[in-house]
Amino acid sequence: MKFQDEFRDRNLVGIMADNIRRMALQLKQPVNFMEVCGTHTMSIYLYGIRSLLPDNVRLVSGPGCPVCVTPVGYLDKALVCAADSDTIVATFGDMLRVPGSESSLMEQRARGADIRIVYSPLDAVALAKDNPGKRIVFLGVGFETTAPTVAASILEAARLGLANYCVLAAHKTMPVPMEILTADPELNLRGYLCPAHVSTVIGGKAYQPLVEKYHIPCVVTGFEPADVMQGIEMLLAQVLAGESRVEIQYKRAVTWEGNPKAQAILERVFTPCDAVWRGLGVLPGSGLNIRKELAGFDAEQVLNLPMAEGSENPACRCGEVLKGKLAPFDCPLFAGVCTPESPVGACMVSSEGTCAAAYKYGR
Amino acid sequence: MCLGVPMKILSRNGDSIIAEVDGVQKEASVMLLADDVAVGDYVIVHAGFAISRLDEAYAEETIRLMKEVFSPEDMQ
Ligand code: SF4
Repeated sequence: MKFQDEFRDRNLVGIMADNIRRMALQLKQPVNFMEVCGTHTMSIYLYGIRSLLPDNVRLVSGPGCPVCVTPVGYLDKALVCAADSDTIVATFGDMLRVPGSESSLMEQRARGADIRIVYSPLDAVALAKDNPGKRIVFLGVGFETTAPTVAASILEAARLGLANYCVLAAHKTMPVPMEILTADPELNLRGYLCPAHVSTVIGGKAYQPLVEKYHIPCVVTGFEPADVMQGIEMLLAQVLAGESRVEIQYKRAVTWEGNPKAQAILERVFTPCDAVWRGLGVLPGSGLNIRKELAGFDAEQVLNLPMAEGSENPACRCGEVLKGKLAPFDCPLFAGVCTPESPVGACMVSSEGTCAAAYKYGR
Repeated sequence: MCLGVPMKILSRNGDSIIAEVDGVQKEASVMLLADDVAVGDYVIVHAGFAISRLDEAYAEETIRLMKEVFSPEDMQ
């Protein structure tokens, strides 16, 4: 497949691994690089990238799986919506198994709730059009990659004059948690493999403040194995030269400015707000609220939803996994009690979740 | 859910395109891209929307750099 096969060439990856090992000989102390995005995590496990790296170049997984960082309280609200017989809940598939405080959407659906899996937020708008007697609540989760698609669905519903479409929004934005993690001395991060598709929207420039404030190298990196290897090599080169810059490895898809049209649509529909991240807590300015002018499409405004605190299974250590402080294998529930078929925590649900990726490919 | 797939545009009708990858065809919207995306372009499709256009020249340059900088001869 074009734009993929060339970047999966084993020979190329092997040669790059040799080069990384040679560069790493010059390191005075081990370095930790964080891969922020869940798709990176998946690809790193799938292609066994860690096994190609020398011991003094370590990769830690970050909070880049949108399903995983969505707090239990959000799920509980979605479950309240689903319990209403005049409502159809529309969602991306991987929200289905995420455990809420007491049940999951999957269990609710088995009990008769109308919950539909959609591929595109526009499919949810079509549901609203086809079911004028029902209210459609779309579960809007995801980072800057997904948020513009949900914003576009709201604008489309507005254009069609649909009063029965609304979004339960819990979108999050990336640079803020990266700043928190950079400042954490325990993690001692020396560089970031910045998310690939998030960056198609926000552009390389979004990481410039982070670099200026913390002098941490940032390389926007693609998802194929050769991309990841090149990203690591570029980070190492910066570390060895004592530099810190934003570089774009994934130039075929990401520009410095990002996607101006997607940014404009985001701006038109959402406004920044504080948001709760599973594992990281409340991070100021790290979420997106639907603007007041569009309150009619905001499930929080339209419906009377309870303030849900949400209780997580106390044995689940997703919080530490999401901060890169615990490897999934070190969670006592991993693979025994907690599996993708019956997940205890959100990190085991989505294929991008660190625990799920480790379960599937890592053993 | 964050998956984005590189696909080739087969046809376009207003904001709606049919795109293909590995023989699978999908409908997607180009609402989030500049107006000049055209049939034959490669785009990354995520959740039913094309979110970025792929630049062939940069793709080739990246591969070239990978091979050049990392060739065994360079390492001596
Ligand atoms: S293995 Fe399961 S219980 Fe343990 S941290 Fe991961 S998701 Fe939570």
